Amino acid sequence: MLNLAGKVVTNFEGNHNGSTRHPLFLLTTNIDLSDRLKQDKAFLINKDASKVPKGFKHIFVLESFKEKIKNIQSPYTILPDYFMYLNDDDIIRLDFESSKVRVLYRNNTPNNSIMLTERCNHYCLMCSQPPKEIDDSWLINETIELIKMMPENIPELIFSGGEPTLLNDGFFKIIHTAAMYHPNTAIHILSNGRTFADFAFAQKYAKIDHDDKMVGIPLYSQEATIHNYVVQAQNAFDETIIGILNLKRLKQKVEIRVVIHKQTIDTLIDLANFIKTNLLFVDHVALMGLEITGFTRANLPSLWIDPSEYKEVLADAVDILTNANIKTSIYNHPLCLVPERARIAYKKSISDWKNEYLDECKRCVRREECGGFFSSGVKFKHTENLVPFS
Amino acid sequence: MSKFAALSEYAVGKDYLLLPFTFAKLKAKEYVVTNLVGESFLIDRDDLENLVLHKSATNSKVFSKARAHHLVYIEGEKSPLELLALKYRTRKRHLKNFTTLHMMVVSLRCDHSCQYCQVSRQSEDVERFDMSIDTANKSLEHIFRTPSTSLKIEFQGGEPLLNFDVIEHVVQEAENKAKELGKDVQFVIATTMTLLEDYMLDFCKEHDIKLSTSLDGPEDLHNSNRPRPGKDSYQRFRASLDKARDVLGKQNVSALMTTTNKSLDRVEEIIDEYVSLGFSEIFLRPLSPYGFAKKTKAYDSYQIDEWLQFYKKGLNYIIQLNKKGHKIKEIYTTIILRKMLTFDDPLYVDLMSPAGIGISAVIFNYDGAVYASDESRMLAEMGIEKFKIGNVNNQYEDIFASDALIEAIDESMTVSSPMCYECAYEPYCGSDPVFHYGMYGDLVGRKPQSAFCKKNMGIFEHIFEIRKNQETKNLIENWV
Repeated sequence: MLNLAGKVVTNFEGNHNGSTRHPLFLLTTNIDLSDRLKQDKAFLINKDASKVPKGFKHIFVLESFKEKIKNIQSPYTILPDYFMYLNDDDIIRLDFESSKVRVLYRNNTPNNSIMLTERCNHYCLMCSQPPKEIDDSWLINETIELIKMMPENIPELIFSGGEPTLLNDGFFKIIHTAAMYHPNTAIHILSNGRTFADFAFAQKYAKIDHDDKMVGIPLYSQEATIHNYVVQAQNAFDETIIGILNLKRLKQKVEIRVVIHKQTIDTLIDLANFIKTNLLFVDHVALMGLEITGFTRANLPSLWIDPSEYKEVLADAVDILTNANIKTSIYNHPLCLVPERARIAYKKSISDWKNEYLDECKRCVRREECGGFFSSGVKFKHTENLVPFS
Repeated sequence: MSKFAALSEYAVGKDYLLLPFTFAKLKAKEYVVTNLVGESFLIDRDDLENLVLHKSATNSKVFSKARAHHLVYIEGEKSPLELLALKYRTRKRHLKNFTTLHMMVVSLRCDHSCQYCQVSRQSEDVERFDMSIDTANKSLEHIFRTPSTSLKIEFQGGEPLLNFDVIEHVVQEAENKAKELGKDVQFVIATTMTLLEDYMLDFCKEHDIKLSTSLDGPEDLHNSNRPRPGKDSYQRFRASLDKARDVLGKQNVSALMTTTNKSLDRVEEIIDEYVSLGFSEIFLRPLSPYGFAKKTKAYDSYQIDEWLQFYKKGLNYIIQLNKKGHKIKEIYTTIILRKMLTFDDPLYVDLMSPAGIGISAVIFNYDGAVYASDESRMLAEMGIEKFKIGNVNNQYEDIFASDALIEAIDESMTVSSPMCYECAYEPYCGSDPVFHYGMYGDLVGRKPQSAFCKKNMGIFEHIFEIRKNQETKNLIENWV
């Protein structure tokens, strides 16, 4: 599992006002840069062979190589060795007052997720990123800066939260910037869709000029009561549906995201039929396994169901959706617990902090095709019923 | 104290509102309930009563089902009405495309002299029953006025192959026009294939023309139904079938059957004939009360009840065959299932509301008369010109906004027709003003006496009944 944040030692004394309180740095390991270009970047010392350069805006060095910078004059930060994965064009935030860093963008992963706010109008039983009622609006400007720093032509950018649309104008500014700076990048916004129930809001979103932007919206049951309970919000179902309709009316791409757990499994088939009947025009349906993190751990007894118990139900749901020509994917499930007939929809989760495996998986001959587990799953709760392929 | 609220906190109160829905008794206490757009499920009579009387427990399974199927909603909710409206619009979206199927009777002559022929055939040698190039051209002018971007031209008869020159002319002209206007055009020839020649097949191949042919069953039945000089209709059909499949591909040659009284107790043999000849579809069709069928009393030779038995027995046999691995589907059942399970109208003219006559399909007769449907010109051959909506020499607007057409369509809305509006099967059905006018002299007809209702309601009920068996349900729903 990758750790994206950590405590560091830094001698950086930046500007304590405004947005530069926690500046962003674009990393490079290329020492052969002109002075002009060095000024824009931070140098990363991540191997023995690395020389210690001059002229860079900042130097990041892994703990193991800190001897190299003993007598250095320029500002530096010593990173714990678990940041070994960092590389060229990665972007890192340094909060020098609290001596913390956070990796915001990694160039060698195809799906970078950017959290726009921790605020949310849902309080989902299985939230992996529990919301906080705080003012984190400074993230808006940081995100805009981040988007501009990222290399062009990256495959996908995911904007998550919290609920990104709660930023209102900030949300539009961010998506607009992403659209203008990354025309060839798929923009994937994870939202509960409720804000789009305001047609004017949906229109404003639709006007942002980008060919491949999609809103991923959770729908946990066709029974409003169950959906509202899972997201812990009255009237959420109704607003979410209206939001989806508004987006589709404006020809925007919409994905429906279903997390499968004990509260949603009983209506999964009915939900699939409901989607087929009422929302046939959605662009994608993602059926996802439970991530054992955040609120899920607190609510585990009422959420946990072993994927081996529902595999036929999952396959039936996939059948219903794919027979209706709705593009459908299964995420976050061990391959061996997805029946053969549903494997057409199987996706190997590509986030690199997932993809962990259990001991039984060692003898499996199809491990390479399998998404494995969230590391939280390996640690806290996972199926006991794997059937490794032989 | 958990920071999470319990499920009960999100439950709705005991009050709810009804959306439009209808129901019908299937048997004993078992009812079919359908919403405004044809979504359906089976419900127990007590539950149904409670639902209607606002007494349903809002935390019950049946209430959840009714809510998700938009039979009921909670005050203040917007999505149920929006979704219903959207589904309703989707179901009727074909209307804005207007006419897609254009039939052209290129010749009324025929080499067959079938007792039941719905078209009053003329003998082969009378050239005045052929469509002229001029009439064909004028028809094409009208055909390409349709707002629809994809249209189909079906050559009808008589036996259309008897006037193949005009077919060739129309196809080439239509292709040019389609290209010019950016439209997509497909062609079908409805033919017995007894007069099919190699050069015709080559032409069909070159222009992607499909053949829709006739097969009534085994050799003796087919030949007895379809007399022609030489009594060799079946033999000629077989020879042509092989050739046509060879040139056009198997999927481009389909067959239709007509049920006569001689067919009634032979449905399994008929289906076997289709399976054995490698057809993957069969359309079990009753006789229509038009043309010679009416005149020779062929239509009166059996009652619709007998035909329903024939259909049910046939459908059952088809299902059994499928279970044994023979892939064959029944087309009428498939059309109805598509209406039951999707919002995609199969555009079957007899099962549309408003009726599909004129606005979904239209027919240009050999003599330049324009009729609202195939059956309309058959009625006309019997002297009933009610559905003649114009002539190729008229303006397009005068034909398609003619009183004859508007009146018939106006009377064809099942949602407001007596008895139809409260029928649970209304979303799957349609009105057939031509049939009702021909039979009863009235565009709407008296539904309790209508053979149309009897036939279709019988089929709807039967389809609900057999879908109670999960295996059968999966099998036939797969046809859609």
